[in-house]
Amino acid sequence: MLRLTLCALACLLVAPATAAENVTTFKLDNGMEAVVIEDHRAPVVVHMLWYRAGAADEKPGVSGIAHFLEHLLFKATDNMEAGEFSATVEANGGSDNAFTSWDYTGYFQRVAADRLGLMMQMEADRMRNIKLTEEDIITERNVILEERNQRTDSDPGALFAEQRRSAQYLNHPYGIPIIGWRHEMEQLTREDALEFYETFYAPNAAVLVVAGDVDPAEVEELAKIHYGPLKPTVDLPVRERPQEPPQLAERRITYEDPRVSQPYVIRTYLAPERDAGDQETAAALTLLADILGGSSATSVFGRELELDNRKAVYTSAFYSGMNYDDTNFGVLIVPTPDLTLEQAEAEMDAVITQFIEDGVDSAQLERVKTQIRASAIYENDNVSGLARRYGAALTSGLTVEDVQAWPDILQSVTEEDIIAAAKMVFDRDKAVTGWYQKPAAEVTQ
Amino acid sequence: MIRILFALTAAIVFTLPARAIDIQEVTSPGGIKAWLVEERSIPFTALEIRFKGGASLDRPEKRGAIHLMAGLIEEGAGDLDATEFAAAREALASSYGFDVYDDAFSISAQFLTENREDALALLRSAINEPRFDQAAIERVRAQVVSIIRSEEKEPSDIARRTLMSMTFGDHPYGSPLEGTVESVEALSRDDIVNAHQDIFARDRVFVGAVGDISAEELGSLIDDLLGTLPETGAPMPADADFALQGGKTVVPFNTPQSVALFAHEGIERDDPDFFPAYVMNQIFGAGGFGSRLTKEVRVKRGLTYGVSTYLIPKDHAELVMGQVASSNDRVAEAIEVIKAEWKKLAIEGVTEEELADAKKYLTGAYPLRFDGNGTIASILVGMQMDDLPIDYADTRNDKVNAVTLDDIKRVAARVLRPDDLHFVVVGQPEGIETTN
Repeated sequence: MLRLTLCALACLLVAPATAAENVTTFKLDNGMEAVVIEDHRAPVVVHMLWYRAGAADEKPGVSGIAHFLEHLLFKATDNMEAGEFSATVEANGGSDNAFTSWDYTGYFQRVAADRLGLMMQMEADRMRNIKLTEEDIITERNVILEERNQRTDSDPGALFAEQRRSAQYLNHPYGIPIIGWRHEMEQLTREDALEFYETFYAPNAAVLVVAGDVDPAEVEELAKIHYGPLKPTVDLPVRERPQEPPQLAERRITYEDPRVSQPYVIRTYLAPERDAGDQETAAALTLLADILGGSSATSVFGRELELDNRKAVYTSAFYSGMNYDDTNFGVLIVPTPDLTLEQAEAEMDAVITQFIEDGVDSAQLERVKTQIRASAIYENDNVSGLARRYGAALTSGLTVEDVQAWPDILQSVTEEDIIAAAKMVFDRDKAVTGWYQKPAAEVTQ
Repeated sequence: MIRILFALTAAIVFTLPARAIDIQEVTSPGGIKAWLVEERSIPFTALEIRFKGGASLDRPEKRGAIHLMAGLIEEGAGDLDATEFAAAREALASSYGFDVYDDAFSISAQFLTENREDALALLRSAINEPRFDQAAIERVRAQVVSIIRSEEKEPSDIARRTLMSMTFGDHPYGSPLEGTVESVEALSRDDIVNAHQDIFARDRVFVGAVGDISAEELGSLIDDLLGTLPETGAPMPADADFALQGGKTVVPFNTPQSVALFAHEGIERDDPDFFPAYVMNQIFGAGGFGSRLTKEVRVKRGLTYGVSTYLIPKDHAELVMGQVASSNDRVAEAIEVIKAEWKKLAIEGVTEEELADAKKYLTGAYPLRFDGNGTIASILVGMQMDDLPIDYADTRNDKVNAVTLDDIKRVAARVLRPDDLHFVVVGQPEGIETTN
């Protein structure tokens, strides 16, 4: 339940029908965990199957295989033709897709609630029964290479991000792009895909999330019928990725590309993530990002760099604690045309230093907390979003209890916690500072 | 202030698979109409307000004025400067979005029941008394210029700009609604004030609301928000001439993957054949993995990550348009496959099985659209702007199911004109030359 807290404009937020009351869980004998979120406003269900396997679980040398496999799961199985899965979903008026991150791979369909059993039947089928041909590999590998072309190689900002991330992680596979490095993608084979598939596509590595107009007991019954008979992977590897050594030296990157139109400076710091039963530091970092660079009009960066002094056209501070291993805290300044990147970086650093000295504006903190409380109300309008949150959490090392405790933990963060978090995270030895600019000849200033 | 609701007319129930959504038509005491769905389970309301006209009401030489004005609405209003306004909104935890499209200006608001009065008072002052302080104008102008400069280096934006300019020339549709760096830098505060007066008027407003609010409360809320706006604004623009002809245009750009945008003239939203055309496009290029183009270009040949087509019925012109991205050495092949499929569909139409599948999908997917208060509010406004009846949702699937193979064959032959297709290709495509 939400705690009732007085806030600045005397708004006393009424606790909504909170997530906790609508969320139930169960676990099958084969190790598959499940979360059910009820929302009976419309006769719709979102069926999601998440695997605790993503790009950071790949072996060295086959970068992109987790994502490639995600594409291949839409090909044939022992029981379905290639493309039949999506065609069946569409024939039932639904939509389906899939996504791959460093920590998870997810598949989802959104359909009329009475089609849930059919979705489970098909999803269970492709968990253990895919049938890949060499032709599938060649054609779909071209598709993922075009995807890389479109999303990364055609986008200088994405190439820059890839280089920065690679510099951020000295040892952890988070430094490798999810889509894969092109030279390794070009060599991915059927065997590479099947090895990843046979290891991780198993009920004991999967999390089922069902959200919408459903009865939890019926969902459990259906899950037993369709997912229950699946055999677990017996020697499922313990999820221990190579960890970061102490980071002792600042890294600086200058990326130049003639396609750059708007230069900027971005810096990321290695930062702790949310851990099960231990989310306080992550909560302080979450609020730090909001306070420092959340709102252009009221955040510290916004006021100091955008509004009053007009040093920047845009600024931001960002942090996401939903990670299995170490994450990042980032700061960004897009300067006005009359500032060099060197000046912009100095301005931003001066604001950070001053902020740590001055402390948190308590009225601002109160507003941020009010918005977090209100988001608990607004979020109930988007059951797909809630489903995603639980799926991501449970595949990132958190529990249902952690998800439900998170709003209260955020509310309990103090001004002192935020400053302490800032002092902890702003360590340049653990940072990558990137300059994004046009090649020198084209710089007109 | 409490006012008596002047009139509450038709209440229509339409049926979703197992439920009913009850759309009420509300007329405010001041005479403004709105569609409402009361949905009491979550204590907030989503309000969608749209003004017909949008960026196409930009005055001559003032391209980008309405877009810039939209960016300034929340940058200070009444007694509050930009920071104070944002602080007040954040303290109420409400959100207001101001978006500009070619033919509409939209306001999307969400506010909690418990502080609705305060949230609405703030929104009211943003709509009615924006300050347009010079400092805010300069700041937002710099942001807009930065965005325009970024789009100038973005292959898909370059393609769109090129194609629209060739198609519509000097009509507002022929240029990006953000304006150019030059036009935006030349805008004065008076231009922004004019843009505000041109857009906000009662004779062109459409309202939808979904959430924890009664018809009576909504009626008085609408009058508070919109009741003192002028009766009329700028006149609507003329219909646009369609100048695009068949061919290809290459825009050289140093990138590994070419983006191709292609189009010819389309079909009006209120054309009797719009439904067959819509179903046809579903089969051809709008669908997910099952569409003909996705099968031929992506699944069979691996030529792209994504290919799609869409019908674009604007208020003053219509297009059939599509997009594909392929590496420079393969985009020519992708275009040839698309042209061949275009021709095939125009001549042969679709199969019985394709039509049956598309109907199953479209009729099954329709009720799933009504998902979330904000989404439904937006649908309610869209229906009103398209001049659809309040029971439209009841009959819409029947219209889809009524489409026959002959309908599609007729409309394919009429709407799809392979020789009129023009491809704008941005990149370094191999084997493609600019025609004409």
